[in-house]
Amino acid sequence: MSEESPMLRVEFFLNTEYHYAVGHYGTRFFTELRDHARIMGMRCPECGRVYIPPRPVCGICYRELQEWVEVGPEGTIVGWTVVRIPFIDPMTGEQRPVPYGFAIIRLDGASTSLYHFLDETDESKIAVGKRVRAVFREQREGSLRDILYFRLLED
Amino acid sequence: MPRRVAIIATGQTKHAARRLDVNIRELISEAVIRALQDADLTMQQIDAVLLSNMEPFEGFLFPELWAVEGWGGYMKPSVKFNTGGTVGTTTAIAAYYYVASGIYDVVMAIGFQKQSEGHTQTAITTVGDPIWERSIMAGAIGNFAVMATTYMHESGVTEEQAAKAAVKARRNACLNEYAHLQMPDITVEDVLKSEMLAYPVKRLDMCPQSDGAVAVIFAEESKAQRLCPRPAWVKAVATAHEQQYMGDSPKRLAEMRSLIAASRRAYQAAGITNPRKELDVAEIYEVASFAELAMYENLGFCERGEGGKLIDMGVTELTGELPVNPSGGVMSTNPIGATALIRVAEAALQIMGKAGRRQVEGARMALATGYGGNAWTDIMILSREKP
Repeated sequence: MSEESPMLRVEFFLNTEYHYAVGHYGTRFFTELRDHARIMGMRCPECGRVYIPPRPVCGICYRELQEWVEVGPEGTIVGWTVVRIPFIDPMTGEQRPVPYGFAIIRLDGASTSLYHFLDETDESKIAVGKRVRAVFREQREGSLRDILYFRLLED
Repeated sequence: MPRRVAIIATGQTKHAARRLDVNIRELISEAVIRALQDADLTMQQIDAVLLSNMEPFEGFLFPELWAVEGWGGYMKPSVKFNTGGTVGTTTAIAAYYYVASGIYDVVMAIGFQKQSEGHTQTAITTVGDPIWERSIMAGAIGNFAVMATTYMHESGVTEEQAAKAAVKARRNACLNEYAHLQMPDITVEDVLKSEMLAYPVKRLDMCPQSDGAVAVIFAEESKAQRLCPRPAWVKAVATAHEQQYMGDSPKRLAEMRSLIAASRRAYQAAGITNPRKELDVAEIYEVASFAELAMYENLGFCERGEGGKLIDMGVTELTGELPVNPSGGVMSTNPIGATALIRVAEAALQIMGKAGRRQVEGARMALATGYGGNAWTDIMILSREKP
């Protein structure tokens, strides 16, 4: 039990790569984002909820989703934080530079929210209910990184 | 009709940040041997064994295979579960089903995790969808932090009130010889001044990473009565699942839909109409101080928006009207694969009157919860009276 006792341990390192399919709906979403800087959601024919990320069925009504609608690029902060603890970015395997802001954002016209970065790390300037706008990358590649971050709008 | 089922014995290891004195098999058997001693049974008298563990954390696959002598599983019917934060309650509920169905009479549920052997923060990041969430959410801490700001906004809960929950947990843990963090002198000030991890979550608002194991023995009615003077009867179990993406649930901690659904289902099955009055003790899966206050509201212990008021009034202190986590909770001890099963074991100890210095006098009805990142919740209600 004592941490001073000379207990032995062996060390292993595991370095693996993953390749995830974005799927039919994700591909359509990211193609729109890449080619037109448009953020698209899908509307449920039963309850009218507009889903981001897009998906084949409404989880609540279990109805098939077919109607695409444009949402954003502005939205409202539902939750936010400024991350100060260093951690490994799973996209790169490298330590993420801190601090950085991130938020749960309800895009205009959407019923669910998106996790994304904020371009602000001053806690006193961020609040639930504040308005934000997506800042798109110039050279887009077809991933969520095509949105660089969300910028806080003036009150 | 399902058969009546009771918990008749429990066993826990001493939980710690690093149990370098044992390997995983030895850690597991420490808990198993204590549970068998508690029931005065041998492994031969256990009909089936169910395991609770989060596989990627130690980098081992199929722990049921490589740790078989540790858990006494040689030639036993066995299944391993892996359902995240709820895995311990999932396993307990499965053990209940195994016995209630009439197929097995005596079933052992075992939970274990040796977090010091892997990198949990990296592993837990894989909870997030890789295309939409994973590289943004900063593991469990970042995810909790964004939920906490929503909750503070919705309910008006303050950082001070959350800190009170953190203090309660660590002080209660000092009454529990198995608990990991023992901080008898901790103050609200200490919590507020501890390192900011991700606003508003500070280091002392979060649970630790622990090494530990727990074993819980379930038995059918006649064996339970024969083997245990005061069994903890399973009164109700319930589970509920949310949708898959983090952004799908509208208010996160402020409105934990899976916790609301599962608890109301369990209350109804147990005939509980006023949980704050009718429950004598609760062992809840509060991975962070803010989550504990939110869970008070979502479990119906108080009105919406009054989680902070409940901690201010001392209702959930060990001597309060409804003690919550007399064991010290997840905020004091968190070997993830064991954590929710420890909630069940601690709730059972309270009903059995075997909780030692953390005993709630006259506890007759106890609640245990598991919690999986807001997306899914398990509930088990234990009672001194037969259901």
